[in-house]
Parts: sequence; C-alpha cells; structure tokens
Amino acid sequence: MRGQPTNKRLEKHHIENLIGRIYMSFCVLLLIVIIVSMVYFVASKGVANFVSGEVKVSEFLFGTKWSPEADTPSYGAFPFISGSFLVTLLAALIASPLSICAALFMTEIVPGWGKKLLQPVIELLSGIPSVVYGFVGLSVIVPFLRDTLPGQGIGVAAGALVLSVMILPTITSVAADALASLPQNLKESSFALGATRWQTISRVILPTTFPAIMTGVVLGMARAFGEALAVQMVIGNAPFVPHSLFESASTLTSVITLGMGNTTMGSPQNNALWSMALVLMLMTFVFVLLVRMLERRNEI
Amino acid sequence: MKPRTADKVATAVIVTLALLIVAILVSLLGYILIRGFNHISWDFLTSAPQKIRAGGGVGPQLFNSLFLLVLTLIITVPLGLGAGIFMAEYARPGKLTNFIRLVVEVLSSFPSIIVGLFGLLLIVNTFNLGFSLISGALALTFFNLPLMVRITEQAFRTVPKQQKEAGFALGLSKWKIVTSVLLPVALPTIITGTILSAGRVFGEAAALMFTAGMSSPRLDFSNWNPLSPSSPLNPFRPAETLAVHIWKVNSEGLAPDALQIAAGASAVLVLTVLIFNLAARYFGRFIYRKLTASKRMS
Repeated sequence: MRGQPTNKRLEKHHIENLIGRIYMSFCVLLLIVIIVSMVYFVASKGVANFVSGEVKVSEFLFGTKWSPEADTPSYGAFPFISGSFLVTLLAALIASPLSICAALFMTEIVPGWGKKLLQPVIELLSGIPSVVYGFVGLSVIVPFLRDTLPGQGIGVAAGALVLSVMILPTITSVAADALASLPQNLKESSFALGATRWQTISRVILPTTFPAIMTGVVLGMARAFGEALAVQMVIGNAPFVPHSLFESASTLTSVITLGMGNTTMGSPQNNALWSMALVLMLMTFVFVLLVRMLERRNEI
Repeated sequence: MKPRTADKVATAVIVTLALLIVAILVSLLGYILIRGFNHISWDFLTSAPQKIRAGGGVGPQLFNSLFLLVLTLIITVPLGLGAGIFMAEYARPGKLTNFIRLVVEVLSSFPSIIVGLFGLLLIVNTFNLGFSLISGALALTFFNLPLMVRITEQAFRTVPKQQKEAGFALGLSKWKIVTSVLLPVALPTIITGTILSAGRVFGEAAALMFTAGMSSPRLDFSNWNPLSPSSPLNPFRPAETLAVHIWKVNSEGLAPDALQIAAGASAVLVLTVLIFNLAARYFGRFIYRKLTASKRMS
C-alpha cells in the first residue's frame, strides 16, 4: 500500500471537493434566483396598471389625489412619495449630527471608555425591534407633541423623530469605523502644527472621512425609507400632502401596510399598491448605487 | 472665537450629544421595561389573547416567534454557510464575484416590507402555501440569508492565513481544510453573528404580516402531532408572532387594556433580544475556548 499513490484516497479527496463545490454553487445560485425573481415578481405586478392603461405613469407619480373608491377613481401617489422622502430627509437631518458626534466621541475624544460606553448602546439600539420603536413613539412622542405643539401629535414630526432614533446606530457605526480607520499620521501632523483638537477634527478628519460618513447617512436613509410599521403607527396615515410638520401624512410603506390586506388581488387599487412597492424597490437600487459611488470615492 | 475656546465649546457639544444618545437608550429601555414589567406574569406569558375583553396574554405569539426563529435558522444557516464560504475561500475576483457581492448587498438592503410582499406573491399565492409558519420562515430566509453570508464571509476572512497554509502543507484537500481547519476557528464568530441575526429575525414584523399571517388558531399544547391543524408544531398553520401582535394591538386593538398588552409584549420582545445579545457574547467566548487551544495556553 505504501509508496504507491493511493488511488482510493485520491478519489475520495476529489469527490469531497466536488460535493463541496456543488453545494456552494447551489447556495450562491439560490441567492441569485431569489433576487431575480423578487425583482421580476414585484415589477410585473407593479407595472400592471400602467400596461393595462388603467393609470398613467405621470398621473401615478405626480397626481395628488388618492381616491381609489370614488366613481372615477384616481391613483395619485404623490402624497405618499413625498411623505416618504420628507420623513426620510428629516430623520437623516436629526440623526446625522448626533451620530457623527457619537462617532467622534468614541474615536477622537475619549477612545478608551467612550467606546466601551457607546458600543453596547449602539448595538442595543439597533437590536430593538421596529414595532417597539413604534409603540414607544405612540405612547411617548405622540402625547408629548400633542401637549406641547399644535396638531394632533401624530404626524410627520413624530414619524421623523421615531425614524431618527432607529437610524442612529447605522450612521454611528459606519462613521465610527471610518474615523477609526483614518491613518494616524494625518492627525499627528495636524497636532504637530499646533492645531487644536477641534481644528484637527473640522479641517482634517471630517473632510477626509466625508465620503465614508455619507455612506453611513445614505445607509441610514435607506433604512428609514423602507421602514414600515413604526412609521405607520405614528404618522397618522392621511392621504394628503402635509402643509406643516405637525399634520398627519402617509408614506409609501404605511399605505402598503394598511391597504394590502384590504384590497382584492388584481384590482387596480391593489395594483397601485404594488406600483408603490416597485417605487420602494427602485429607491433601494438608488441607495445601493449611491453607497457604491461613495465607497469608490472613498478608495481614491 | 479663539481656537482654544472653539475647541472647548466643540468638545462640550460633542460630549453632550454623545451622552444624549446614551440617555435616549437608557430612557427607552427604562420606559419599555418598567412599563411592561408590571404586566408580565406567568399567566400573561402563557395564556391566549382576548379579542374584546381585558386580560389576554401572548402565549401562542411567543411560541410562534420562537418556533419561526428555529425554522428560519434551520433553513438559513446551512445555505448562508455555503454561500459565505464560497465568497470567502473560492470566489476569484472578477465580474461574477462582483455580481454576487452586489446581489448580497441589494438583498440585505431591501426593505423588509418588500420581502414580505414578495413572499405574499411567490410563497403564499403562487406556491399556495397560504398564510403559514413555513411561508413566514421562507420569507425570513430571504431576509436573513444575506446577513448569514456576510457573517460567514467575515468570520472566514479573520482566520489567520497560516492555518490554511499548514493544511495545504499537510496535503489536505481544499474542502477538507475548509471544513476541518477553517470552520472550527471561524465558528465562534459565526455563532455570535447568527445569534445576533436571530435577534433581528425575532423582532421582524413587516415581512411576516403578509406571509405568516395575522391570526393564530386555537392551539392545543398537548397535541404534538405535527400534521394536526391544532398542533403548535404544525408548520402549515397560520401564526401571528409577538412583533406582529404588538403592531396589531397598537393599531387596531379592541381590548380595553390594549396599551398594557402592547407594553408587556414589547418588554418581552426587548428582553428576549437582550438575552440573545448576552448569549451571543457568552456563547462565542465559550465555544472559542472549547474549539481552540487557547484554554491550555492560558
């Protein structure tokens, strides 16, 4: 046996390798099949209304009147599209400064205990399920807004506040990673020139890491744009374009959540909801594209 | 402003805002746990919910959440491992690898409601599985799979290169090296990641509303025949999970104590996620000590 190349073992070795490869290819293929079918199914449902001529694309995107049950139904989704963008932008505006400060705190100001303190906080915040955020928003933020500011409490402001807490961990962890991976000598040379810490942060660190931090902001916005239940619970779900931050409004996700179960499959109203899902999906692609562009800029 | 004063002011602002985040978390957790804790009792955790009367519990929902989690992990862990190992060890840089990476990235950034809608279209309607646990588990698979791939890939990338080279030097096949040299070293990281992703799955609601359904049939917990419709183990029955229940109670609850039920259920949900977090940390360390020689060395 010894001395001769053991054919049997060699074969076993090859078969083992082959099985492993086949299994892995199957797993990867499955991922691709999932995404292709996801895009196909949602898109085919989403364009049904436009293909059948029931609704025009321009009417859907820019029409401000949503009355699917009227005698002459109109399917203008502009209130929901604008609502989604409004709460997302507001949430990013509230969360970004907070997150960037938290990241600076962890990496530049007190890297030792600052990281030990904030790391678990960020992890816990990102672990809290979105319905719980919705529940807290409904039982704390909404009554607070109702008592202190005009309006009913439910509305754009409440939605943006709830979302901003939800996206804090996303932005913070990306920004902290970016700041931590900054070459040490950049900072050191700035300090050597006699710059204060804030001068170093504002003139050297933040400009250098700007694309990476923006990546975090875009990721956070993507999360906010797609978040459904927490927003649905606090935004009020009125199908109008809001005139103030304290009026109730709707987002694409909140309308889909509420409408999908109450409409019959295949009806124009149901298909309009699928068109909104398609808009959501396309926005996801836009966000991914943005992230990729920012990452490429970061590499150079 | 003098640079020194500006520096002091900026530092103060940064520290204040960072501590504000800590304060947000503490008050959030405090609010949820303190408000919910009064409502948690053995009875609340085990009894069935009431539609109109007060005093309902979340027993079936809690069970559904856990069962769905187990089902999802049974499906996603092997698949995620396979694809993750491929990405870490086999994929050569090129167009195909880039494409797969893009697929994983897009899949993980899809909003969960889109995943739920896709599940509704494909699994519930086309495959005709109806609103059921298995539909929910499959939808959660789409949701969890990219995460598992990423976790596995990262875990494999952190294994020191020498381990692999030593394996090759011994004349082992690549697959053998992957399964018996690299996997044990990567396992603690994978397990930690899996438990953390389980926390996400446990709290997921939007993807489940359209797949696992929003109702639970009357369950008979003494019936362990997985094919009987009233058995809790039947994967083809509709199942409302804890997270979906919280949403439903908040938005259309009719029971007079709806808010208390939501508070109690939220506390249970958050506590479970906290336990997952702690378990991930503890387990990862424990397995690492078991599987590697680090115990003998210290």
